[in-house]
Amino acid sequence: MTLPTIRLDELGQGESAIIVEILGEDVVASRLMEMGLIEEEPISMVGRAPMGDPTEYAVRGYRISLRRNESTRVIVRKEP
Amino acid sequence: MLQAHSAPKPVRIVALIGNPNTGKSSLFNALCGMNARVGNYPGVTVEQKVGRLSGSSEPVDVIDLPGTYSLAARSADEAVAVNVLSGDLPQQARPEVAIVILDAANIERNLYLFSQIFELGLPVIVVLNMWDRVSSEGLTVNAELLSQRLGVPIVCTSANKRQGIDQLKKVIEQTLLAPAPIAQPEQQARALFPVPFHLEAKRLTEWLESKGRKPTTYQVDRLLIDTDGHFQKTICQSGLPDIAEQIDEARVRLQSAGCKVPMFETKSRYAWVRKLIDGAVVRKESRIASPSDRIDRWLTHRWVGMLFFILIMFLVFQSITLFAKLPMDGIQWLQSQASSGVEAVLGPGALRSLIVDGIFAGVGGVVVFIPQIAILFLFIAILEDCGYMARAAFVMDKLMTTVGLSGKSFLPLMSSFACAVPGIMATRTIENRKDRMVTLLIAPLMSCSARLPVYVLMVSAFVPQTKYAGGWISLQGIVLMLMQSLGALVAIPVAWILKKFFFPGEPATFLMELHSYKWPSLIVLYQRVWERLVAFVVRAGTLIFCTSILVWAAAYFPGDHRSLDASVATLEQLHSEKAKWTSPTPTKQNDDERLKVEDLLVENQKAIDEVQEEVNRQRSNLIETSFLGMAGHRIEPLVKPLGWDWKIGVAVIASFPAREVIIATLGTIYSLGSEQDEESQGLQEQMRQAEWPDGKPVFSLATALSIMVFFALCAQCSATLMTIRRETNSWRWPIFSFTYMTTLAYIGAWLTYQCFRFWS
Repeated sequence: MTLPTIRLDELGQGESAIIVEILGEDVVASRLMEMGLIEEEPISMVGRAPMGDPTEYAVRGYRISLRRNESTRVIVRKEP
Repeated sequence: MLQAHSAPKPVRIVALIGNPNTGKSSLFNALCGMNARVGNYPGVTVEQKVGRLSGSSEPVDVIDLPGTYSLAARSADEAVAVNVLSGDLPQQARPEVAIVILDAANIERNLYLFSQIFELGLPVIVVLNMWDRVSSEGLTVNAELLSQRLGVPIVCTSANKRQGIDQLKKVIEQTLLAPAPIAQPEQQARALFPVPFHLEAKRLTEWLESKGRKPTTYQVDRLLIDTDGHFQKTICQSGLPDIAEQIDEARVRLQSAGCKVPMFETKSRYAWVRKLIDGAVVRKESRIASPSDRIDRWLTHRWVGMLFFILIMFLVFQSITLFAKLPMDGIQWLQSQASSGVEAVLGPGALRSLIVDGIFAGVGGVVVFIPQIAILFLFIAILEDCGYMARAAFVMDKLMTTVGLSGKSFLPLMSSFACAVPGIMATRTIENRKDRMVTLLIAPLMSCSARLPVYVLMVSAFVPQTKYAGGWISLQGIVLMLMQSLGALVAIPVAWILKKFFFPGEPATFLMELHSYKWPSLIVLYQRVWERLVAFVVRAGTLIFCTSILVWAAAYFPGDHRSLDASVATLEQLHSEKAKWTSPTPTKQNDDERLKVEDLLVENQKAIDEVQEEVNRQRSNLIETSFLGMAGHRIEPLVKPLGWDWKIGVAVIASFPAREVIIATLGTIYSLGSEQDEESQGLQEQMRQAEWPDGKPVFSLATALSIMVFFALCAQCSATLMTIRRETNSWRWPIFSFTYMTTLAYIGAWLTYQCFRFWS
């Protein structure tokens, strides 16, 4: 049974998830993957900027800031 | 003597490469001292930094390559890095060794770039920098095991504390002595690429070889993986347009074989990295937030974070105005002391004028910026090094995206409200080249502190002292505020246009690493501040100095200054007599003598006033007949639609090197001597009385507003233009800035004058 997937930007503060897919084949997608956002990698949401965008995430042991137009490209599966 | 005939030792070359924010520039400084040669790679605006390895037995040049996350060769920076490392750059010998610097606290992500460098066929040295942070981040790193698995030497350093540097130097020398083995294909991450890809790579290599090309394995990989990559473009342009077709076909075949481009590359590389670090890098996995995360919870909090950000900005800019004022006053005092020193020794004449009005004013104009630059850069270095700078960009990003920029543009633009020179230099913190260029080009529009005196003069002389709301709000204050914000308001559409038409292209990505907080390192702070100061004084300073001399010459020649010099000499004689009589004499004076002295003083004052008037008249005559004055008359038809007469024209031309000069120039032209400041009642009075030949007053509210709008939008600052020249390494952008801002200023001033001329 596969768990329902959501977009990374829908993740709430402190929540963790597993990356399922990066959408697209353009520069944004490549950049995200180069920065270590790869299938099956856990990622968690650390906090949002005061004006609601961008958002800080923890992945592969470091912190990265993603704008909404980037995080919507990342499909994740919430950890049960 | 015996060795006089032996050939000089050839310079060995090594390259330094790594992700941004890995302490690469600290390491570079630690290896080479601070005598880097900075230039540009031929044909691209990528900074080329080369230093000589210090303490080495043979000459070794270290090339500092631009910081990059990947060698995919999509951007100019990445392409330069790949080309230098593969030896494909004309006029640049191939480095013999690649020194790859990795953030020891973030090895996994940093090894991605390493996996690409590992395929370039160069001996490699790995530097695990920021080694001091490994244990505090809850990590254990077995460098020896990693070194064994990779078959390359690994050195652990903390460049900001100068730890491990000697060891690294030793390893570099050893590697140059006996070249280390180059990575075997089976060792590389490339070995994990899917089989269909290897087949396509072979096919493409054969096709290229049949066309007489000799591509490297890495180049072929990039051709297949990167859509519209750098290599594809260069090969297309070099007379092989068919390459695009070949690549497209190969990609279609890869797609149908289930090999997803470009995803398989990152996937394979990270799989390779995981295997490599398995058991060698252990992270204490904890669900509890790190101390850095806990700080972040507050510093990026909705209210607290915003408040903290405002507080920090307030602190930074208050400190600049507060701490820079004293040294700046000191510099100005020194300049005036030096000037009067020269005046005491040298009689009036061209030489004295050149020294005092040309050289001293020119040097002063450069030196006066130093305190501001030093203080701003000290703060930037502290904020950057402790990790808050990235958070500031994080907090402001949403606001800045409304004009198409990113959070990283905020601080440079904010700094430009004090002075555009440090502001433009601060754009170096913006990695995205297009964002940086747009920020750099709109920075001079921010209302800098040199504009304020001009506004104060015009507002207090020509804006009515109307008060509203029971005296709480004054019209003058409103006009002043509007003038202060005009530049920033105009910058919004300008940024939009620049972004849309001059720097279009790839969607803005803002993937930014947020490092853990740490205490800033003193060595790093010192280096950053020193580097920027030297860059400013040496590069921009010489040019600012030259412009000052040129304008001085234009205002001085070709007039005959002999009678003015004579009058000035008389004036100085009278002043020294006056000083003699007014100084208290030790001998007892009787009433008669005192009365006599008083009479003499009255007489002397009368003479001083007369000669002063004569001097002022002659000065204003001389400036009218000077090259500058002639230019002023020549451009009168051009500035008349703005409501200006030739005198304002002259003052505006003279103020192109530095806008605050206008007040002194207006003073000279309106025959008041050049010692005027913005609150001088005399100058305000003279300006109010100025008339056109037909008897109408020159200055009206409309004229004053038109001058202010012109000053708000114009690039009248040689220091700014020279800084743009330095930062972009090209004359194109200062010329562009000058042209667009002067055009904007002219149109703005014209519109203002035409709107208000019938109003008052």
